[in-house]
Amino acid sequence: MEGLISLAVKAIFVENLALSFFLGMCTFIAVSKKISTALGLGISVMVVQAITVPTNNLLLSYLLKPGALAWAGFPDVDLTFLGLISYIGVIAAMVQILEMVLDKYFPPLYNALGIFLPLITVNCAILGGSLFMVERDYNFAEAATYGVSSGFGWALAITAMAGVREKLKYSDIPDGLQGLGITFITAGLMAMAFMSFSGVKL
Amino acid sequence: MSQTKREMLVDPLVDNNPITLQVLGICSALAVTSSLQVSFVMALAVTFVTSFSSFFISCLRNQIPGSIRIIVQMVIIASLVILVDQVLKAYAFEISKTLSVFVGLIITNCIVMGRAEAFAMKNPPVASFIDGLGNGMGYGLILLLVGFIRELFGNGSLFGVTILQTVNNGGWYVPNGMLLLPPSAFFIIGLIIWAFRTWKPNQVEEREYKIQQVEAH
Repeated sequence: MEGLISLAVKAIFVENLALSFFLGMCTFIAVSKKISTALGLGISVMVVQAITVPTNNLLLSYLLKPGALAWAGFPDVDLTFLGLISYIGVIAAMVQILEMVLDKYFPPLYNALGIFLPLITVNCAILGGSLFMVERDYNFAEAATYGVSSGFGWALAITAMAGVREKLKYSDIPDGLQGLGITFITAGLMAMAFMSFSGVKL
Repeated sequence: MSQTKREMLVDPLVDNNPITLQVLGICSALAVTSSLQVSFVMALAVTFVTSFSSFFISCLRNQIPGSIRIIVQMVIIASLVILVDQVLKAYAFEISKTLSVFVGLIITNCIVMGRAEAFAMKNPPVASFIDGLGNGMGYGLILLLVGFIRELFGNGSLFGVTILQTVNNGGWYVPNGMLLLPPSAFFIIGLIIWAFRTWKPNQVEEREYKIQQVEAH
């Protein structure tokens, strides 16, 4: 249990997907103009991440790993090279299913998050989360914790970024830096601030 | 077609650069640029995937039903990325370890999807191939530029060969350690964008909020 808590804190602050691995940057820069939209996107990323990372973990341990097919009578089969294509398939399918479920049972939530869901399939933070899970060899409980907390970290980062940008709108910025340029520099400063968490020992 | 092939190849390098103007594919541009060699491999990999995925998607564009086109595009892109990943693992294992998850993340690199969706679905294969090549190269250009600055000033070397002898090795150059840390990539790209837009003022974004000059009475 203690291990899981420290994993969660590490995934939220120290190894923040957006600010220390730069995943999901395209959406991070493009959708961080207003706090409300940023928060909506952040929450959808968290939900999708919480579903896909554990699902991909199951997929890895029961279908793809060397020897994982032993239950079906093929102990020597190693399908890890199919990893990438299966993970992205799972992600695309999960996003689609989530969209349909929300549309059917939670229409208000669907109306709030609907426009972001298709964007999430191509958000590298989601695929990145699954790939980190594979690389670090997490078990199922760790994968579930990692999914939720890394999604939360991403949501935290994009909401903070949107807050900064809402204020920044009123500042007098040199012409060439206007918009994209200053956003990058702000993100750099935020990333440096998040680096100070790396001293935290758990 | 209004554009010539040469324009299609050169245009994305500066005038319509995928990173500095279209804001696509930034994730990997930031994370893999701490050394020039890794940036170079990454730039090659992305150029390869972008050009060939555009080519194949364009070949199939009349057969792909609109409702499932994203999935079809994903499958084509993912197959190409698996190819790159396996080749890197076989012939450049060290580099593939450094790139770690970022090779896999080429799948979700928005440049690849963006070109497939915006260009390859509407144009013939050869033109799409050239368009993909140009955009891959525009991406590679920024990647190499950032990698060059970060490795030269952060480590005093280029491609692992020492250029500026650092103090630790008895030289004179005090390396700027911050350039090896991830946040520096943000600053460098921000400054590159500033430089590009000073050079080409038509890329400057409109202000959302104008500070008005109040006239004194």
